[in-house]
Amino acid sequence: MLTLRYSNLKKDWLANVRGDILAGLVVALALIPEAIAFSIIAGVDPKVGLYASFSIAVISAFTGGRPGMISAATAATAVLMVTLVKTYGLEYLLATTVLAGLFQIIAGVLRFGNLMRFVSKSVLTGFVNALAILIFLAQIPELIGVPILTYGMVIFGLLIIYLLPMVTKTIPSPLVCILILTLACQIFGLELRTVSDMGSLPNSLPIFLLPEIPLTFETLSIIAPPAAAIAAVGLLESLMTASVVDELTDTASNKNRECVGQGISNFVTGFIGGMAGCAMIGQSVINIKSGGRGRLSTLCAGIFLLILCVGLGDWVEMIPMAALIAIMIMVSIGTFSWQSIADLRKHPRSSSIVMLATVVTVVTTHNLAFGVLVGVMLSGIFFAGKISQIFRLSSEPTPDGRSRIYIVEGQVFFASAEKFLNAFDFQEALEKVTIDLTKAHIWDISSVAALDTVILKFQREGAEVKLVGLNKASETIVDELAVYDKSGGLKRLISK
Amino acid sequence: MEKMLAFVDGSVYSESVCDHTLWLAQKNRSKVSVFNVMDVIETSHNSANFSGNLVAEARNTLLSELAELDNKRAKLAQKKGRLILDDAEARLIAGGLKNIDTHLRHGDFVDTVTEFQEEADILVIGKRGEAANFAKLHLGSNLERLIRSANKPVLVAARIFRPIKKILIGFDGGKSAVRAIEHVSNQDLFKDLECHLLSAGKIDMNRKKKIEAAERSLSEIGRKTKTFVKEGDAETVISNHVEQHNIDLLVMGAYGHSRIRNLMIGSTTTQMIRSCHIPVLLFR
Repeated sequence: MLTLRYSNLKKDWLANVRGDILAGLVVALALIPEAIAFSIIAGVDPKVGLYASFSIAVISAFTGGRPGMISAATAATAVLMVTLVKTYGLEYLLATTVLAGLFQIIAGVLRFGNLMRFVSKSVLTGFVNALAILIFLAQIPELIGVPILTYGMVIFGLLIIYLLPMVTKTIPSPLVCILILTLACQIFGLELRTVSDMGSLPNSLPIFLLPEIPLTFETLSIIAPPAAAIAAVGLLESLMTASVVDELTDTASNKNRECVGQGISNFVTGFIGGMAGCAMIGQSVINIKSGGRGRLSTLCAGIFLLILCVGLGDWVEMIPMAALIAIMIMVSIGTFSWQSIADLRKHPRSSSIVMLATVVTVVTTHNLAFGVLVGVMLSGIFFAGKISQIFRLSSEPTPDGRSRIYIVEGQVFFASAEKFLNAFDFQEALEKVTIDLTKAHIWDISSVAALDTVILKFQREGAEVKLVGLNKASETIVDELAVYDKSGGLKRLISK
Repeated sequence: MEKMLAFVDGSVYSESVCDHTLWLAQKNRSKVSVFNVMDVIETSHNSANFSGNLVAEARNTLLSELAELDNKRAKLAQKKGRLILDDAEARLIAGGLKNIDTHLRHGDFVDTVTEFQEEADILVIGKRGEAANFAKLHLGSNLERLIRSANKPVLVAARIFRPIKKILIGFDGGKSAVRAIEHVSNQDLFKDLECHLLSAGKIDMNRKKKIEAAERSLSEIGRKTKTFVKEGDAETVISNHVEQHNIDLLVMGAYGHSRIRNLMIGSTTTQMIRSCHIPVLLFR
């Protein structure tokens, strides 16, 4: 195992050193504005988001299950902290972060990563779109009641971001946007809101500290609900991003290890004064696009981020908010799946409904976990509906007209049980009824109950009923649950 | 029917792997599967894009770009891999083998071996791989991993095949060494070969008994056996003996010690494969 592990280690870390370091630098530069912006969404000082992004990126580089994926402070988790921070303050947020980490570690140990298979493509698309909308909505307060000049600067910033790559792809265009807009503000002395208006920036390395909260049951009851929501959303976005990176790089990842890895990152981050985060779809795409593949890219992103923001703190303060807003709008546009709008016409209506329901739920609750829950439940219901269509009942009388064979084909379960029941003709007086279940599967107690009713009804009409061709799995559930062949079965059914 | 797996990779060892396979195989009775495993080599995006921005549909655009790039690379690699296999197959057919199939696989070399070894009786692999051709002291990066995970005998081919007349069995009394003795006594292949039984290192009563037993089981069925007991470090003793007596094939048990020990002081097996310039037949 040791050499095997060693060779994997080498592959994860050192297979692409040059690409990883360069991509890490690009990602770090892109992370600075995002980390600041997400801190502002959550209502905390920019340094909380910057410390978090450093710590989560560095730790998840070692603990994560998906090499090349970027984790840091994110919008998805930030929107869940707003009320908590407003009501109870930063210390409670740090404690929540630690607890959310613990929840995620438990989820990883219990192999929750495997549950991702129940999240359908439509739910994932809905999640991504909802996330993009949330990021955009978070910029609205910064765009209301501000000088007209701000709008001009935002548009100018967006133009730089989108047009510069047509000239050169060697420098990150969001960074150029920040530089030019900051310079413009300083040179022309424009009176615009800057990052320094939003709170203090880090001027030192993060230190270990315990959140200052009373260790009481009351505290737990305050921090547990948001911690659970953050843990759930964090895992969802991380596992989803992992699938995106899997797809882009055509390699596999370890989903359960990713859960534990996210947990450890958040757990530690809470102790060094950072807010909870998770994997970032946009940043991971940027990482891959810039040539990052291995764990080294994530590690470099975190380390460069810390060096940049501790070293350049004074300059970061001068960045006008307009530049950050432009970058967030870019992230929002880049995250949204525009193809999904065109697909609304092409895709089956049920999947479109699942996608839209996910989006609507998230935008109204500001909680991505609720959206996913609604989406998953809806897809379950739609699926059950579709499978219940795969059901057919035909019958054929014997030549003498005294008995009849009913042939059941397909899936009999709660969604098709009623259809099953209604397909029999109990008015016909028969001596003998044969129900052929060779091509059918009896799934649950609803279908067993329906079968019971059918048999007992025929028996009441004086017919002798025979079941044939029950497959093994169906036989087990019928044997265990059916009443028609047990003493008093008829009476029990009639009394119902 | 005996089934053999031969692993080729286009290095200078590919030809010798085929020759060694031919020596092991019994003309009409062996089935040979020739494998070429193409390791997935992660190379970064060629046209570096450090623009760091996210355009609309960034994911899909990037995905199709990457997929196209991979596709071109994979097609090229496949063509090359096929050629290597075709060469190997032609060489085996020219050597008189009939029952041959070829497999071109993606993925990790050792994983592939573990997957397919169950249906095989013996594996043949080159001493060094394509990438490590000239780093003489560095063994094929896959070799040690392969031998550790193999549960079938492995023939490690030398650079050039030499007709085999004299074999040396390195005997340390361990379980895998006993298995080696069994193999040599059971296979017709070794019938007319001169067989040296060599035990290196300290000799106690227990070891002596084992050597005698091994010698007996070989000579009983008529193998021409000479027994040597030499003091000293196994690696030097064996490689000296190989040179002095013009041995053509070394047969021995593999990796008797734990991985931790090997990490600290190095493994006899690895050193042996490295210092002897003859093929080595290993048993686990």
